[in-house]
Amino acid sequence: MCTSGKYSSRGPALIPRMKTKHRIYYITLFSVVLLGLIATGMFQFWPHSIESSAEWSLDRRSVHDAPLVRIPVSSPIPERGDLSCRMHTCFDVYRCGYNPKNKIKVYIYPLQRFVDDVGVPISSTGLSREYNDLLSAISDSDFYTDDVSRACLFIPSIDVLNQNSLRIRETAQALAMLPRWDKGMNHLLFNMLPGGPPDYNTALDVPRDRALLAGGGFSTWTYRQGYDVSIPVYSPLSAEVDLPERQPGPRRYFILSTQTAIHREYRVELERLKEENGEAVLLLDKCTNLSQGLASIRKRCYKSQVYDYPQILQESSFCVVLRGARLGQATLSDVLQAGCVPVIMADSYILPFSEVLDWKRASVVIPEEKLPEMYTILKSIPHRQVEEMQRQARWFWEAYFSSMKAIGMTTLQIINDRIYPYAARTYEEWNNPPIVKWSSVNSPLFLPLIPPRLPGFTAVVLTYDRIESLFRVITEISKVPSLAKLLVVWNNQNKSPPEESLWPKVAVPLKVVRTKENKLSNRFFPFDEIETEAVLAIDDDIIMLTSDELQFGYEVWREFPDRLVGYPGRLHLWDHEMGKWKYESEWTNEVSMVLTGAAFYHKYFNYLYTYKMPGDIKNWVDAHMNCEDIAMNFLVANITGKAPIKVTPRKKFKCPECTAIDGLSLDQTHMVERSECINKFASVFGTMPLKVVEHRADPVLYKDDFPEKLKSFPNIGSL
Amino acid sequence: MQAKKRYLISLLTGAFLVLLFYFGGGGDPGPAATGSRSRHDRSRSGYNRPEQPWPHFSDPLQRLSPWDQSDTEEYNVHISPKQKRDVNSSVYKGKRCRMQSCFDFSLCQRNGFKVYVYPQQKGEKISESYQNILSTIEGSRFYTSDPSQACLFILSLDTLDRDQLSPQYVHNLKTKVQSLALWNNGRNHLIFNLYSGTWPDYTEDLGFDIGQAMLAKASISTENFRPNFDVSIPLFSKDHPRTGGDRGFLKYNTIPPFRKYMLVFKGKRYLTGIGSDTRNALYHVHNAEDVVLLTTCKHGKDWQKHKDARCDKDNAEYDKYDYREMLHNSTFCLVPRGRRLGSFRFLEALQAACVPVMLSNGWELPFSEVIDWNTAAVIGDERLLLQFACVQIPSTVHSIHQDKILALRQQTQFLWEAYFSSVEKIVLTTLEIIQDRVIQQTSRSTMMWNSHPGGLFTLPLYSSYLGDFPFFYAELGIKPNPKFTAVIHAVTPLVSQSQPILKLLASVAKSQYCSQIIVLWNCDKPLPAKHRWPATSVPIIVIEGENKVMSSRFQPYDSIITDAVLSLDEDTVLSTTEVVFQVDFAFTVWQSFPERIVGYPARSHFWDNNKERWGYTSKWTNDYSMVLTGAAIYHRYYHFLYTHFLPNSLKSMVDQLANCEDILMNFLVSAVTKLPPIKVTQKKQYKETMMGQSSRASRWADPDHFAQRQTCMNKFASWFGGMPLVHSQMRLDPVLFKDQVSILRKKYRDIERL
Repeated sequence: MCTSGKYSSRGPALIPRMKTKHRIYYITLFSVVLLGLIATGMFQFWPHSIESSAEWSLDRRSVHDAPLVRIPVSSPIPERGDLSCRMHTCFDVYRCGYNPKNKIKVYIYPLQRFVDDVGVPISSTGLSREYNDLLSAISDSDFYTDDVSRACLFIPSIDVLNQNSLRIRETAQALAMLPRWDKGMNHLLFNMLPGGPPDYNTALDVPRDRALLAGGGFSTWTYRQGYDVSIPVYSPLSAEVDLPERQPGPRRYFILSTQTAIHREYRVELERLKEENGEAVLLLDKCTNLSQGLASIRKRCYKSQVYDYPQILQESSFCVVLRGARLGQATLSDVLQAGCVPVIMADSYILPFSEVLDWKRASVVIPEEKLPEMYTILKSIPHRQVEEMQRQARWFWEAYFSSMKAIGMTTLQIINDRIYPYAARTYEEWNNPPIVKWSSVNSPLFLPLIPPRLPGFTAVVLTYDRIESLFRVITEISKVPSLAKLLVVWNNQNKSPPEESLWPKVAVPLKVVRTKENKLSNRFFPFDEIETEAVLAIDDDIIMLTSDELQFGYEVWREFPDRLVGYPGRLHLWDHEMGKWKYESEWTNEVSMVLTGAAFYHKYFNYLYTYKMPGDIKNWVDAHMNCEDIAMNFLVANITGKAPIKVTPRKKFKCPECTAIDGLSLDQTHMVERSECINKFASVFGTMPLKVVEHRADPVLYKDDFPEKLKSFPNIGSL
Repeated sequence: MQAKKRYLISLLTGAFLVLLFYFGGGGDPGPAATGSRSRHDRSRSGYNRPEQPWPHFSDPLQRLSPWDQSDTEEYNVHISPKQKRDVNSSVYKGKRCRMQSCFDFSLCQRNGFKVYVYPQQKGEKISESYQNILSTIEGSRFYTSDPSQACLFILSLDTLDRDQLSPQYVHNLKTKVQSLALWNNGRNHLIFNLYSGTWPDYTEDLGFDIGQAMLAKASISTENFRPNFDVSIPLFSKDHPRTGGDRGFLKYNTIPPFRKYMLVFKGKRYLTGIGSDTRNALYHVHNAEDVVLLTTCKHGKDWQKHKDARCDKDNAEYDKYDYREMLHNSTFCLVPRGRRLGSFRFLEALQAACVPVMLSNGWELPFSEVIDWNTAAVIGDERLLLQFACVQIPSTVHSIHQDKILALRQQTQFLWEAYFSSVEKIVLTTLEIIQDRVIQQTSRSTMMWNSHPGGLFTLPLYSSYLGDFPFFYAELGIKPNPKFTAVIHAVTPLVSQSQPILKLLASVAKSQYCSQIIVLWNCDKPLPAKHRWPATSVPIIVIEGENKVMSSRFQPYDSIITDAVLSLDEDTVLSTTEVVFQVDFAFTVWQSFPERIVGYPARSHFWDNNKERWGYTSKWTNDYSMVLTGAAIYHRYYHFLYTHFLPNSLKSMVDQLANCEDILMNFLVSAVTKLPPIKVTQKKQYKETMMGQSSRASRWADPDHFAQRQTCMNKFASWFGGMPLVHSQMRLDPVLFKDQVSILRKKYRDIERL
């Protein structure tokens, strides 16, 4: 209403000035425009409303409403899968092309009911609940596209999860009839139960041209590495039974076998294991007194003793997963869910998602032949490792096995990673459970490198208006042999820096950068003028450091280029009374921070500070004009997991706590404020990343009974 | 009236303008807005959509029943699992060979993973590269000269170059191989090959029947590669160093991580025969600024005959740039296929920290079984280059974030130094990969192969648990065990109750971090009776040294249950009364640096220009590169590494001299970490002369002692293929060490108290 009112107020002012015939002309013109607009509006509205009504009826849709398609007897059959297929030979990558989001687009064919020429369906079960779940998960995901022309991957709605329910020939014909089939190019089939009697092939027997197969139970001979995806056999118990995660640790039984269809040869061997090791081994079988059906799946028996399945899996450290007719077993999923370490005995089996998952951290794979040695092999595994495997097993289930959605998304992500390898998920992302992701660190400067002494370091001096002190600092620093450049960050907008002629004469280039705002974070800006990796941040009043001390600090930085290397050290402490962190600047035996009023660090951390500081810390620091050094210590410790290095003995720093602001003294309020910073930052980081150490670095011969003139750094610690 | 009409019209117009705005702006949201909203929108309105998303069916669907109960029961009646295995291994041969079908694991069971090299036959010429491969294996810990002990067999016939036009080509290989008594149709044999096929088609056929042998081959294609059976190795030149090898060129991590060029390539363009179309398309991408892709037609005898219109221009541009200069100053290096899939360029780029951009479809990358190449290279698709020549590759490399470049670049250096810098590393990596398959359940995890210090230094026989190694604490987010085991090396008989060793025992036992003490009895006299040892709060375990040799002090004894080992001589240089304070401090330091040796007295090495060899010095200097293991803390894994990684030649040298074991340990640890050891404060009450009074006087006073250590250093350096020791100029002291503050405030006050 407001907007139209605005227009109407303009209208009358415009129109009265026109002549009448013009007026008619304009009215006509308006009408035409109006009609056009109405048409556009209708056009926009029309399909919209139709569709929404169609959508409304979706909820009541039935699979029986899907169109019926009759397959002529003579309909072509695809060729058998080509074993030499690889992504670069059988997959059309042009369909995916270069994509700024690095995400493949997946199209799902609408459901059709295929029947042969006499009307018999190609599948005895039709669409299964699991395949339906899988397809709806994909259609709800970011991978999905409804635009067939933009799709990179096509998923037929023909359910081939279980080969047993399929008529092989007719299913193949149905696939070939799909409008975009094109020799199966870029088509993905999901199959969990391949093969059939008597030989039980390890891959789907339906001829499928070049289609990719996400299959459960591949052997090394049928799996096309880098093309197919090995997926788990989904266990419907995952959705049915809720097994709460158990803390890793020792369990009541050491080895548990719960599979009911174990070959008698293997059962004999397992029984022998039980005889030898007694109570540690529990060997269960199906309960003879129960009738077949779902109920029997949930019970296991040892003699007359009845156990609940899968709950019993949680009572054992290791659980046997033996091959049956097929290599892939749904038991694996149950075992992982229970946090039991699977002992997989299925020679030549390609483990689920083995392209990205590191199964060595979650399972034990033993050749079938070595079944009798299982107990000895498992006993040799250290406890700590068993615990980690238990945790890892549970995590694999949660992330990749727990639902058809998880299985489908993982499969698509793996294919996505092949097509955009430079944007692929990393080993850590795939394999580290959240608790490890949370507590582990992967330092961005991980290569053990000791950089050469040249090209030296750049000293960055933050200053406001203490010219005299600044000049003294510059003169002092310029005596340090490895100094490459001096950068003065002029943080005073009201006053210009002194004229060039007034500055002290130094041998290295001296640059002054004027800032737009008086912010503490300016000192950590990654100025282009900093051309060395090593940065010395120094306040304009730190005049007490000797050239030897500074040079030595640089040498120490070279040995620890991924750490903060500084002079005055500080500590954080847990105040038990107050129940919060406290800042400590007294003479302590420990150090967890170094002040950046005088510290060496890698230029990389300037980037981190400026662009990757978590939460609102950066603004908070600038607003409070304090704690930028604490923030830097948090940042570096958090990303590297390492403590800073304090160099050389403590000396009397003139007001070391004051940064660029005068008048702030080492008083109680200041300490309180610093303590507040620590608590604030710890809450933003969600953890206390600072590491406490009890050492500092001194020159090798510091205070040794040795002629001073022979020491590289004699002038250390003098006041 | 008219005004009213006009008013109405304008009102309507306004309203429709608003509507138009709504549909124009809201109905067709920009691409930026679609990302997060699209899914939501679709489920509600779903306009402009030709087809439905997957509907939510309301009818009860049949469930998947994955329990193949009946299947298995029926199946089991027919065939026994053992028969099934035998069937598999008889069916899958040749191109379908896998470890399960073409490798006899039983040969490896008795003696572990031992490798036999056929004796070289007279008159059989062997190329330098193959000679290097053979001597590496013969010098390795896997080698056995007894074929009956062997698990893997290596031919002494040179199979590296199977290009018939090459002068290195060995003729009649087929008959030569067939006549070998142990050939057994190639079973458990490993064949090394760098070049196969020849002009014009360059097939991957070796020109003789390899039977069931495994291939360690360069430029192998994914189609011919038999997963977990063959090993893809990198192509290396005949000048590739046998051991050691040059380090990577990266000296520091530049920020921002860009170099002068973004992407470079300099190489041949093929006018005839098989080659890559990729190289023909490169000129589209070349911009002579940050993307410099140069090709030349000038190669082969008759290039002029085939030259095309672009040749002259390309050749001229090609000569303007220096390959080395480009290599060192580029962020990315293009590695397109040549006649064969692999090229030398790959290793050159890796060493130069120039991130390889792979355009070689179907090349099974070197050691792909264990190396995650996505962390060190950008893998592109040749087909996309041809389609979007100007867009694809540059935009891909430009889209890579700075942090990622920093990581990729560092990883190139890690991989280069861990697996590629010498023939020895390439060969050992190949053997270790095969060993991992043989030992199966205790093999290395992916993380061990892909993070520092790499698979060759993380021996799976020690443990398959990452947390048992000193390298992965940070990655796993865990800490080392907070206690240490003291291992005291005893060489003098126990005669009096005032002997230093007894005082030492009592003192070390007082440390809050000490979990147990192991006395290693390396004295010729028999073990003293149990009651002779003092009663301490921690258990004392006495172990009699095997053969009473020096190396036994670094045996990986099972009784060492803590991560940290405190190694002590019985007459340690630490003053015995205050040993506990010094040890406590050193242990807290070690917890920050669990992969290094933390010790007290330090020594240094230097290059002696006059004698052209390494020199050893025990003088007080401003830097050091070794700490003595007579008093040092380090991770127990190094005991295992010392015993199982180092060759017998070096260990027996140490044993014979009864000297240099500490130098060897320092070499080993620095070779692994690429970092110096750490020296911590030592109470300075003793003088060098003190050593003269001790029981070990004989050892240290011996004038030969010093000369021996010099000799040792040079021997060790030659085995390591270079000098692994690194200098440090700092010592770690307690925070308040010698500070002007009341001594009562100092936790480690006894270290400085005289």
